Amino acid sequence: MSNSHSPSTIEIVNRNLAVRYARERRFRRLGLAAVLSGFAALIFLMVTIVGDGWRAFQQGYIELEINFDAEALEIDDPADDDQWQYADYTSLIRSALRERFPALQTRKEKKLLYSLVSPGADYQLANMLVENREWLGQVQRVRLPVDDDIDVLLKGYVDETLPEDERRISNAQIELVKGLKSSGEIALGFNHIFFTAGDSREPEQAGIRGALIGSFLTLVVTLSLSFPIAVAAAIYLEEFAPRNRITDIIEVNINNLAAVPSIVFGLLGLAVFLNLFGMPRSVPLVGGIVLTLMTLPTIIISSRAALKAVPPSIREAALGLGASKMQVIFHHVLPLALPGMLTGAIIGMAQALGETAPLLMIGMVAFIVDIPAGFTDPATVLPVQIFLWSDSPERGFVERTSAAIMVLLFFLIAMNAVAVLLRRRFERRW
Amino acid sequence: MSNPIKNPLAAEQLVADPVPSAGEPISMHPDADLSKTVGKIEVKNAKMSMRSVDVFYGDKQAIFDVNLDIARNEVIAMIGPSGCGKSTFLRCLNRMNDTIENCKVTGSVLLEGEDIYATKQDVVPLRAQVGMVFQKPNPFPKSIYDNVAYGPRIHGLAHSNVDLDEIVETSLQRAGLWSEVKDRLDQPGTGLSGGQQQRLCIARTIAVSPEVILMDEPCSALDPIATAKIEELIDELRSRFTIAIVTHSMQQAARVSNRTAYFHLGYLVEVGKTDDIFTNPNHKLTEDYITGRFG
Repeated sequence: MSNSHSPSTIEIVNRNLAVRYARERRFRRLGLAAVLSGFAALIFLMVTIVGDGWRAFQQGYIELEINFDAEALEIDDPADDDQWQYADYTSLIRSALRERFPALQTRKEKKLLYSLVSPGADYQLANMLVENREWLGQVQRVRLPVDDDIDVLLKGYVDETLPEDERRISNAQIELVKGLKSSGEIALGFNHIFFTAGDSREPEQAGIRGALIGSFLTLVVTLSLSFPIAVAAAIYLEEFAPRNRITDIIEVNINNLAAVPSIVFGLLGLAVFLNLFGMPRSVPLVGGIVLTLMTLPTIIISSRAALKAVPPSIREAALGLGASKMQVIFHHVLPLALPGMLTGAIIGMAQALGETAPLLMIGMVAFIVDIPAGFTDPATVLPVQIFLWSDSPERGFVERTSAAIMVLLFFLIAMNAVAVLLRRRFERRW
Repeated sequence: MSNPIKNPLAAEQLVADPVPSAGEPISMHPDADLSKTVGKIEVKNAKMSMRSVDVFYGDKQAIFDVNLDIARNEVIAMIGPSGCGKSTFLRCLNRMNDTIENCKVTGSVLLEGEDIYATKQDVVPLRAQVGMVFQKPNPFPKSIYDNVAYGPRIHGLAHSNVDLDEIVETSLQRAGLWSEVKDRLDQPGTGLSGGQQQRLCIARTIAVSPEVILMDEPCSALDPIATAKIEELIDELRSRFTIAIVTHSMQQAARVSNRTAYFHLGYLVEVGKTDDIFTNPNHKLTEDYITGRFG
């Protein structure tokens, strides 16, 4: 043992310095790697969804000269709306097709010809005529959606090198479409049906409007129920309730409920709202109530955290001036806690917007063509629509699934952006 | 600390003014007798009168049998080492301790002969009568005007907006802040400097026209210039209000107060005229404290 030279503090520090910095670098690299891998997953998701889905915003249209002959349509009383609505538009389309290709005469050839146009195109034609009643008796050039098989062909998803009997499109159809395409009579255009129609069995007639409105109505119910209830519960628990065993149990249960699988809330809704109270199936009202139950814990927890974060000095200042407890809460604590509460509410709403499982249980998974007009109309919601379409075999639904996901993601991003904006807007320093 | 206090208010309070615990390095004079207060506790025609006040935080006793009178329009300073219970005692005088769970006050605290701990006493009017200024300036995150107008508004003291404007102006003038803020009354009170914020808090307190103002170390977060301004202000306020001030600064106590009360480990050790306390303390502990032997 030599104590002739005991190392000075600076020597010991310098000896360890390299190790300390190496640790720090390692930690930073790990963090960066974590962020980058998350980012890569996000990019991959975006690329696949947009790559699959962007073509759903396009749709093939065929231009036809339609003769709106009053006799063929059997419209003899223009005042009768039913006559306009339920006239035989299909035969109008068929005769227009036959006139365009007079050479095709056999039954088989005609069938081939008719397969060009979407089977639901007669609805579009009916709507066009109802909106432009002066067309009756005239010949008009109109654009009608093509059948989804033709749409797929136009978008280049059909492998023409395959033997004819292994694809859904025959060589004759391909020739027909090619001819119409070169003459400009068949072309791709913006798919407005996707944004204006409800669900359909035909991909080219299917849209997300019904699901969007269903989601909107459901969220209106959810927000108007869950925000007031959650804020009231949070204020009571945080400011008024005594601290004892009962409030402890309540707190544990709220935290627990926030982690309960959402399908359980769906089963609860089915058992209580549908079976016990006899509320209607598949309606946004019940969907909203079920999602309220699901989002309540989230909003309560974030609201309580926001209330807790208000500095005690502000409460003391108000109490010291003789403000009552109510006044302290409503004049001082609540305004300061509101940004946090709103953020929690919007995150809860975003969660509700993306929720599928509980809504399956209360019948919002039904095939619903009509666009809901009220809280008690049968409806479906965006994520359920995605689920339904992803289950459909037609090629057209594959891209529509991705397109619906894009729409859902857009609304989620918009809601989260609103949350950030509200936070910035209402946040006050103290 | 073994106190099972969950209330965040309580937590802050305990940090600001900890209850004495065994581990705290407060030296106790071996011969010191704490149970009997040295000096004259009674005054004639007292504004406030405290008798046999004990304060407990849970099982821990923070104040032991304190008897003290506060005279009209006097400034009484409460001094003592950290954790001696002076802030706790001050907060008994407008029942701010009510907000702390587990805090129990026994004995009697009379304001104009009425016991403020009587069951029929409502804390809202009490705190309008006994205002409080806190250690850290705590203006509301509202405009300067709204800060001062808040008290009169909730108590309905102003009959019109003109009335309210007048109350705000006189309060700010009395707090010596009017000339500095009169052009920016609509700006947030939190944007002022620390000293200005504290004077804003004083203006906010006097806007309610309380009878007694409690000040809990009002200058501890301020620089010497801001401190001097607050001390001047206290001097001016004494003609209208009764003031009880807790301070860590013995110089401040000597400068602003008429009487001084010295607290030690939860006991009121000595009380008397400020001049007497600082020049000729009777109790050994008081002498040790003011001569700087501990504290």
